[in-house]
Amino acid sequence: MPDDRELSNTHAGAQLLSDRVPGSAAFDELVVSRQSESLASDDILVKKPLGFLFWFALSWVGLVVILALIANLLPLPNPNYQNYSAINAPPSIHHLLGTDDLGRDLLSRLIFGARVSLVVGFVSVVVGLLIGGTLGLISGYKGGRLDSALNAGSFVLLAFPAIVAVIAIVAFWGHSLFKITVILTVAVIPLLYRVVRASSLSFANRDFVVAARTMGATSGRIVFREILPNVIPAAVSFGLITAAGVIVVEGSLAFLGLSVALPTPSWGNLIANGATNGNLQINPYIMLWPVLAMFLLLLSINLIGDRVRQRFDVREGLL
Amino acid sequence: MAKYLLRRFIQLVVVSFIISVLAFLLVHLLPGDPTAVILGPNDTPQNKAILLHQLGLNKPLWNQYTIWLTAVFHGNLGQSYLNRESVTHILATGFPIDLELIIISQVIAFAVAIPLALVTSRRPNRPVDNVATTGTFGMLALPPFVIAPILVAVFAVGLHWFPATGYVPFSQNPASNIHGMILPSLAITAGSIAVYYRLLRSDLISTLQEDFITMARSKGLSSRFIMWRHAFRPSTFSLLAGAGVNIGALIAGTFIVEYLFAINGLGYSLVAAVNQRDYLVVQGISLVVAIAYVVIQFFIDFLFTVVDPRVTRG
Amino acid sequence: MRLRRSKGGRGKLEFADAGVNGEPLLVVEDLHTSFRTGRGTVHAVDGVSLTVGRGQTLGIVGESGSGKTVLARSIMGLLPAQDVIKSGTVHFAGHELTAMTPEELRQVWGAELSMIFQDPMTALNPVKRIGRQITETLRLHLNMDRSEADATAVELLRSVGIPSPEVRVRWYPFQLSGGMRQRVMIAIALACAPRLVMADEPTTGLDVTVQAQILDLLRELQRERHMAVILVTHDLGVVATRADDIVVMYAGRIVEQAPAHTLFNDTHMPYTRALMDSIPRLADPSGMRLHAIAGRPPDLIHPPKGCRFSPRCPYVRDKCRESEPPLRTAGSRDHLFACWFPLVNGVPTAPSGRVEARPAPVSPAPRPVPDSFADAVPPDRAPPGDAAVNPEAGVQSP
Repeated sequence: MPDDRELSNTHAGAQLLSDRVPGSAAFDELVVSRQSESLASDDILVKKPLGFLFWFALSWVGLVVILALIANLLPLPNPNYQNYSAINAPPSIHHLLGTDDLGRDLLSRLIFGARVSLVVGFVSVVVGLLIGGTLGLISGYKGGRLDSALNAGSFVLLAFPAIVAVIAIVAFWGHSLFKITVILTVAVIPLLYRVVRASSLSFANRDFVVAARTMGATSGRIVFREILPNVIPAAVSFGLITAAGVIVVEGSLAFLGLSVALPTPSWGNLIANGATNGNLQINPYIMLWPVLAMFLLLLSINLIGDRVRQRFDVREGLL
Repeated sequence: MAKYLLRRFIQLVVVSFIISVLAFLLVHLLPGDPTAVILGPNDTPQNKAILLHQLGLNKPLWNQYTIWLTAVFHGNLGQSYLNRESVTHILATGFPIDLELIIISQVIAFAVAIPLALVTSRRPNRPVDNVATTGTFGMLALPPFVIAPILVAVFAVGLHWFPATGYVPFSQNPASNIHGMILPSLAITAGSIAVYYRLLRSDLISTLQEDFITMARSKGLSSRFIMWRHAFRPSTFSLLAGAGVNIGALIAGTFIVEYLFAINGLGYSLVAAVNQRDYLVVQGISLVVAIAYVVIQFFIDFLFTVVDPRVTRG
Repeated sequence: MRLRRSKGGRGKLEFADAGVNGEPLLVVEDLHTSFRTGRGTVHAVDGVSLTVGRGQTLGIVGESGSGKTVLARSIMGLLPAQDVIKSGTVHFAGHELTAMTPEELRQVWGAELSMIFQDPMTALNPVKRIGRQITETLRLHLNMDRSEADATAVELLRSVGIPSPEVRVRWYPFQLSGGMRQRVMIAIALACAPRLVMADEPTTGLDVTVQAQILDLLRELQRERHMAVILVTHDLGVVATRADDIVVMYAGRIVEQAPAHTLFNDTHMPYTRALMDSIPRLADPSGMRLHAIAGRPPDLIHPPKGCRFSPRCPYVRDKCRESEPPLRTAGSRDHLFACWFPLVNGVPTAPSGRVEARPAPVSPAPRPVPDSFADAVPPDRAPPGDAAVNPEAGVQSP
C-alpha cells in the first residue's frame, strides 16, 4: 500500500488557505499568483513545453478563423441555396460534407456559420476587455469610492443568471448578429471587470509599484506601464475562456432559435436542425459536422487559455 | 453566524428587489407594443386605448410597478396574452421539472467528480490523473447543445435505451419519469463534472501540501480518513463557489434539453413565449428564475459557513 | 469509513518494553535521505547515526538547511515516497521502522512515536474543532468510544494548562492564541502516551515569553510520563539546559555530538563554537555586535570537497579543503566530533593535539552555558550540574 507517501509535506500554498475569502471573493482568487516554496521549487523554473496539443489547438482555431474570413472567396455554393435534386446527399465530390434536408451544402453552411460564433465570441470579449478591463485596472489600483461603486455594481449584475437576462432582452429587442453581440458584450463586462480588478489589486502594492510611485511616476504611467503588463496574462487566459463561454451561450441561443434569424447559418442552429425534425434518424451528418467543429473549437480555445495560464502561473481558481 | 447570514439575507432582498424592477421595466420600457400583440397590428387606436386602460398601462410607471408588485406578492403574475393561461400556473407546472433536472444532474456530477478528484489529487501528474484531467477538459468542450444530440443519436435513436422525447410526471409514473429524465440530466451533467472535478482537484492538491496533513499522517490516521476528514472539507471553497457560478450554465442547459426533448419545463415555455412575443410570460418566468438563482446563491453562502467556521467568526 | 482499527486485528504490533534491559529506545544507523529535484539530487541527510535512551532528551541543533527537520521526518518515516531516496536503519522499541509497511507505521505513529510541529497555526486543521483533533487519535489507537475519548480530551487539555478545557474542546484553532495552539498540539502528540516525541522547532513561531513556558511544560510532561524527546531547533540556547545529549548538524551530517555539559564546556568543532557565539547573552555589554556566521550553508546538491564547513571556518587549513574529517571520539567515549583541527579550550590544535601558537580570533575562554535562558528559567530549575560546569557561575543569573 503506497498510499501514505505521496501526501508530501512541503509548504507550497500554505498561505493560500488563510487569505481565502469564500463566496464574494471567488473571482478575486483566481488571479492571485502562486508562490511556491516547495523543496523542489527549482523545477518550476523549468518551463514545460507547450506540447503537440497546444499547436494542434492553435492550428484548428487558425483554420476556422481563416476559412470564416475568406468564405466568400472559396469555391463554395451559396449556403442558403436549396438544391432539391440533392436532398440529404452523403459526402461526395460535389458536396464534401453532404447536404441537409433542404439540399443545402453542409460545408458551405458550416464555414459561413463559423462567422457567427467567432464574431460573437471574440468581439464581445475584446470589447468587454477594453471596457471592463480598463475599469478594472483603474478601480483595482485606485481603490476608493469609484472602486466600491463599480465593485458593488458588478456584483449586482453578476447576481443575475445571464442566460435568462439575455433571452428576455432578445425577446424584446430582437436578434440580429449585431444585437446579440452587443447583449453578450454587456453580459461579459462585469465578469472581465472583476478578473482584471482582482489582478490589478494584487499588484497595486507590490514593491515595484511602490518604487515607481516613490519615484514620482504618475498614476496613469503606473497603471499602464507597471501594472498592465502584469495583468495581461490573467486577462488573456481568462478572456479566452470567457470567449469559449460566450460561444456556448450564442450556440445555445441559436439552438433555441433565438440567435441570428434563419436561414442564416450558425453552428447552434445547424446542430438544432440536425437534432430535430427527424433529421437525426435520416441524416446524422447534418448534426455531426457542426457538433465536431464546435467541440474542437471549444476544446482548442480552452486548451490555449489553460496553457497561457500555466505558462504565466495564474492560479486555476475558477478559470 | 447570524450576523453574516443576516447581511447576506439583506443582499438577497436588495438584489431581488432590483430584479423585480428590471423584470418590470423589461416589459414597459423596451420597444414592443403589447396591444399590437393582443389585437394585431392593424386595430384601431380607440381599441388600443381601451385595452391600455384595461391593462392599466396608461397609469404612471411607478404606480403600475406598485400595482404589479402587489399582485406578484399575491401570487398573480398575470396571464398569457395569447391563451389566457395564468403565468402562475405555467410556473407551477414548469418549475418542478427544472428542479428535478438540476437535482439529478448535480447528484450525478458530485458523485462522479468528488471521488475522482480525491483519487487523482493524491498523485498529481501521474497516468490516472492525466487521463482524468484530459477527459474532463474534453467535457468542458461539450455544452448541452453539443452533447445532447449525440446522446439522443446514440442512446435513443441508436440503442433505444431511453425515450428521445416526452415527459411523464413523477406523480403519474415515477419509473418512467426517471427513465425519461436520465438522458436530459446527463446532457447537462458533463460540464458540471468537469468544472467540479478541476476545482476540487486543484484545491485538494494545495491542501495536501499543508502542515496539518503531515500532522494528521503523524497521528497514524489512514489515507482514506485523511482525505475525507482532513483534506476534503478545507478544499471545498472553490467547489462551492464554482457550483454557484455553474447554476447559471445549468439553467441554460435545462432550457436546451427541454427544447430538444420536448419537456414542458420553464425553458420550453420561455422559448415559446419569446417566439410569440408573450411578454407577461417572459416577464414572469425571468422573474422567478432570477430570484431562484439568487436564493441558490444565498444557500451556497450559507454552506460556506458550514464548511469553514472562520467565515463567520474569524 | 471507520476510524477505529478492528480490535485484535491481524498484524498488531507488540512493543517490547525497551530500555528496561538497558537497550536504547531509538537507534539510528547510517541514515541517508536524498531528494531528486530538477537541478540534481539534494543530500539532505548524509549518514547520520544516533541513539536516544528511554526518557532521555536529545537536542538536534543546526542552521536552517542543515537537514535537521528532514532528519526528524526520516526517522519517523514521514517523508513522501516520490523522489526520495532513503537508506540506513531506524530501530525503535524493538522494531525496525525502516522495514515497516505503511500499515504498520500507522500503528506506531501517534501511538508510540508522535510529533510536535513548528507552526501551530498551520499544523492544526483549521476547520476541525480541537477536541475532535485530539479524540481521533484516542479512538484510533486506544479504541476509546466517543464519550470516553471526549472526557480524555478534556483532561489532556487541562494537563497542558488550557483554562476551562470543557469549553475549549469545542473551539476551533483560530479562536486560540499561538501559545494555546502549541499547547493543543502537545496535547495531541501526548494523547496516547508515546515513548518518543519528536518536537520540530516547537517554539520558533511563538513569542519569547511563551517559548519558555511551552518548553517547561514539555519537560514537565516528559518527566511525568517518562518519555523520550527529540528536540529539533536552530537555537543552541533552547537545548542547553533541556537536553541530555546534543547533536550538532551541518550540511546533512553530524559534526559534533556530546552530552550537553561536555559540549558547552569542551567544544571541539569550530561550527559549534560559532553557533554558541551567535547566541545573544545578557552578560554581553549593550551595543555589542552579535557574532553572525559568515557565509551561507553549502549547496547540498554539490557539497564542498573536504570538510563541509571549511568555506566558512575561521581556522581552515589546506587539509580541511582536501579530505573530509571522520566523526571520531574525543577524550570521553560519548563525545564525537568531525574536525581535523579540533578546538581545545577554544584554540585550534594541530593533528597531534598540540596547541597552536596562532591566536584565535574569537574569545578563547570556555563558553558558559548560554544564559539567554536565564531570564526564562528560574535559577532553581537549572540543571544541578550547571554550577560545576560553568566556571563563571556569576554570569548565569544576573
